Amino acid sequence: MNKENLIKYILGIADNSLILGQRLGELTGHGPSLEVDIALTNISLDLFGQVRSYFQYAAQISEEEKTEDDFAFLRTEREYVNVLLVEQTNKDFAYVIGRQFLFDHFHFLLLNELQKSKDETLVAIAKKSLKEVSYHKRFSSDWVKRLGDGTEESKQKMQTAINDLWRFTEELFETTEADQEAIEAGIGVNVTALKDTYLANVSEVLTEATLEKPELQFFQSGGKKGIHSEQMGYLLSDMQFMQRTYPGMKW
Amino acid sequence: MADKKKNWPLWEVFVRSKNGLEHRHFGSLHAADEDMALENARDVYTRRKEGVSIWVVESKHIKASNPDENGEMFEPAEDKVYRHPTFYDLPDEVKHM
Repeated sequence: MNKENLIKYILGIADNSLILGQRLGELTGHGPSLEVDIALTNISLDLFGQVRSYFQYAAQISEEEKTEDDFAFLRTEREYVNVLLVEQTNKDFAYVIGRQFLFDHFHFLLLNELQKSKDETLVAIAKKSLKEVSYHKRFSSDWVKRLGDGTEESKQKMQTAINDLWRFTEELFETTEADQEAIEAGIGVNVTALKDTYLANVSEVLTEATLEKPELQFFQSGGKKGIHSEQMGYLLSDMQFMQRTYPGMKW
Repeated sequence: MADKKKNWPLWEVFVRSKNGLEHRHFGSLHAADEDMALENARDVYTRRKEGVSIWVVESKHIKASNPDENGEMFEPAEDKVYRHPTFYDLPDEVKHM
């Protein structure tokens, strides 16, 4: 497949981790307890580590002179192709956990399949990331069960978060043009085929958490095409501030 | 009462840093139950590759010595240096002790 589309395909995976990592990073020092604060920011760092591998690979195959920082910090909002789910705000702890839970189960299935890609670099990144994401999935699923099967208040908050975030789940299984080309080339994962397993796995946890799986007819998408929700602009201005103010700045 | 916020109970964390070594006390943390304690311990104490195995035990299960009794507990050992093997001179004939 051509390089430009391969880069697009890589960004389609990487941007989800980047934006979710940024959201979790916002919680540094604000977690509900010291232990959970560290756990959430650990997850954020895992995701950023994965993102760096993807962006370094994209920079390497790019024909322009680009670095990982260009991909992370110097694109415009419309050029980010993360799903809407991961850019949703940290409204309360149940939303943080709900967003994480709905994403982790998808992320796990995606990486699992990506291990079979014909692209060796992507296989290597997937293998390394899968262990991290297995733990993320365990962490967020445990918390969904804890809050769902907890007190009356925690149950209600967890259910509200799941209900609200559910409308972003359908987008996870949509394919872009770059996705389709990558699938045909044996490089990409056909995410549409993951949907049934995803719903079964998520439902299993929700049942154990004594929560209801929402029955929705209407879903929202657009992130994969670069059409984001309002809060994305605020996230980017925060995230891009240093590189925009001090171009080329390094640690 | 100061505990009105219903804090999670305190747990003590023991980490084995390498296979073959013993578990050592690393610190403590709060968690609602043993599963959460284990996950929290993993995140708080082994994020820099510090361990290969974790034990957690709720702090209330630890019986600690009373500092007020340190005199009778520990001071009698102070003048009994002969309890250290290094106190004794070994004959040269005994090699590799």
